[in-house]
Amino acid sequence: MKLSRRQFTKLAGGGLAFASLPLTLSKAGLASEEPIKVANILDQTGGLNIYSLKQMKAVAMAVDEINAAGGLLGRPIELIFYDAQSNNQLYSQYATQALLRDQVHAIHGGVTSSSREVIRPIVQRFQGFYVYNSLYEGGVCDRRHLSTGMVPGQQLDALVPYVVNELGGKKGYILAADYNYGHITSKWLQKYIRDLGGEDLAVEFIPLDVSNFAPVIARLQDAKPDVVWSALVGAAHMSFYRQFHATIGKDNMMLASTTYSIGREHVELTPEEGEGIVIATSFYDGLGTPAAEDFIQRFHDYTGETDYIGEYGESGYRGLALWAEAVRRAGSPEPEAVMDALGGTAVEGAGGLYTIDGQTNHTTMNIHIAVQDADRGFQAIRTFEQQPPVDTQLVCNLYENPNDTTQYVVEID
Amino acid sequence: MDTLLVYAYQVAFSFSIFILISLGLAVIFGMMKVINLAQGEFIMLGAYACVVCSAVGLPLWLAVPLAGVIVGAIGILVERTVIRFLYGRVLDTLLATWGLSLFLVGIVTTIAGPQSQSVPADLGGVSLGGLQVPAYSLVMIGGACAMLLGTYALWRFTSLGLIVRGTMQNPEMARALGTNTSMIYMFTFGFGSALTGLAGALLVPLFGAAPTMGLFYIAKAFIAVISGGPWPLLGTLSASSLYGTIDGVISYAFSSVLGEIAVLLVAIVMLRLLPQGITGRLRKGL
Repeated sequence: MKLSRRQFTKLAGGGLAFASLPLTLSKAGLASEEPIKVANILDQTGGLNIYSLKQMKAVAMAVDEINAAGGLLGRPIELIFYDAQSNNQLYSQYATQALLRDQVHAIHGGVTSSSREVIRPIVQRFQGFYVYNSLYEGGVCDRRHLSTGMVPGQQLDALVPYVVNELGGKKGYILAADYNYGHITSKWLQKYIRDLGGEDLAVEFIPLDVSNFAPVIARLQDAKPDVVWSALVGAAHMSFYRQFHATIGKDNMMLASTTYSIGREHVELTPEEGEGIVIATSFYDGLGTPAAEDFIQRFHDYTGETDYIGEYGESGYRGLALWAEAVRRAGSPEPEAVMDALGGTAVEGAGGLYTIDGQTNHTTMNIHIAVQDADRGFQAIRTFEQQPPVDTQLVCNLYENPNDTTQYVVEID
Repeated sequence: MDTLLVYAYQVAFSFSIFILISLGLAVIFGMMKVINLAQGEFIMLGAYACVVCSAVGLPLWLAVPLAGVIVGAIGILVERTVIRFLYGRVLDTLLATWGLSLFLVGIVTTIAGPQSQSVPADLGGVSLGGLQVPAYSLVMIGGACAMLLGTYALWRFTSLGLIVRGTMQNPEMARALGTNTSMIYMFTFGFGSALTGLAGALLVPLFGAAPTMGLFYIAKAFIAVISGGPWPLLGTLSASSLYGTIDGVISYAFSSVLGEIAVLLVAIVMLRLLPQGITGRLRKGL
């Protein structure tokens, strides 16, 4: 990508236009139309960039494809990228800048829940529209926010019955990262396990900087569960999989995870350390459907990269496609019109059909169960079609309370 | 399962981690009084050096010491280009080494990417009183003890060690007696860096290498060395034993969260009661 002077000044000011080439635009007859502007705020640098690098490119690819195919409502999309450097303060600065200075029609991005909670109030204040393309703990009820990633209700509704009933994982031991994602996910895990007549022997929270799992491994050997549920997150927690493999081993105890593969853990561990781990996700590269293969091929052609794309990458593409479809249905990119058109908006994507649930502004999607094979790939086990965001639906109804902006924590007894 | 043995293992393993991450700092900060905020990144460099050495085909037992040598060389380079201009200037050192740590994280991320990497030890597990533990963790415990003893022997029983200790105690006098103190400072910093790199390499098979891994260790390393007090080696040894015992016992008996809390709580209480550190009231020594 060559930098024009205009792009350089934007880069210096925090944003970088990933704009389609003038050639693409003139071919599509869009060069003279006024662009629809979209911001994408992600971490190109800093400690969390591992979750953002593929998503940045997937969003750029989605924009390019739409532009090449004649644009959106006959107008080109101009994508402005902001590198938040894994720093929430910059998320706040860039969200404000995108809405006030650059006057974007929608903001995409944010990875962590904390970055999302930084962006949402700003989007409220300046009456914009925000698309959050990341799996998270669920419960956000906000008309100006669209979640296109998985929430625990969707994922666990598929994963837990499979592990408990079909693999015989009655006695579970839960390990979860010690922040809101881990706490909320572990509550849902407990609920699903108990509802199915299983037993949750213990829930353990692990601080994000703890990498010594020797005490945990010893307690696991005391408790002798059938299955260990991992909702572990981040680089330090990777050592759990290493230490588990060197001691107990997956032949003696099953390992199922809500997070594994999403941070590309399976690429970083040895094949033996990861083999046999059971996951549930809305997209993984080995899915094998024609739509998935086609997406992977286009992504490889577009970026020149051939390594694992995964959930976080695909969900960026998914989010832009869903938003663009809502714009088409609304006949306008203005936030108010788009928000009214969200409910029922559907896109056939790489992981299956994605449909926006208008009651919660979350996305109904297919959830795929898979198990890691001996070559760092995943073998498809089964797909659960069209899982709705049941957890958030319990607490959120935007049709009845359009002014709601709360993130609810679902109480589970 | 033999409970006593399980506790002994937890304590020994936790102790070895404390020793590994703080021994290099005991030399650089404890002896030389250089507040090296890039210490965590030296651990990270050691880990990556080990990953690279393994990637070119060296066996792990060769890759680990070689990683120590590589980081030692990097340490000498850093001492010659940055640190030597800043001896005695605490705040400037702090800023310079902090900048260095950001630089190192950035450059490693650029070259190796943000994802973590690892070298498997392939030793499997051994049974300790009914508890399966990674065989490699015993190597780590042994390695930590050997590094501690080796460092002690070097400072205590060799004439080079005598010169180093003399230089740290009174550089003017050492210089008056014909010692090239600039070289001694360079060597000592390099040696501390090598210990740190060695530790990072030893951690790799169980903990992996990631550009940001230094952050996980830097605070604990400083806590161990500072609460150890003015005797750099004995202090670090006693602080590591104390924290390793607390962490090992509490983490196994209750949870990892409580283990972390207990270590920090004890550190606070101890620095209140013994502001000079554990060895603060003893006569000067190693």
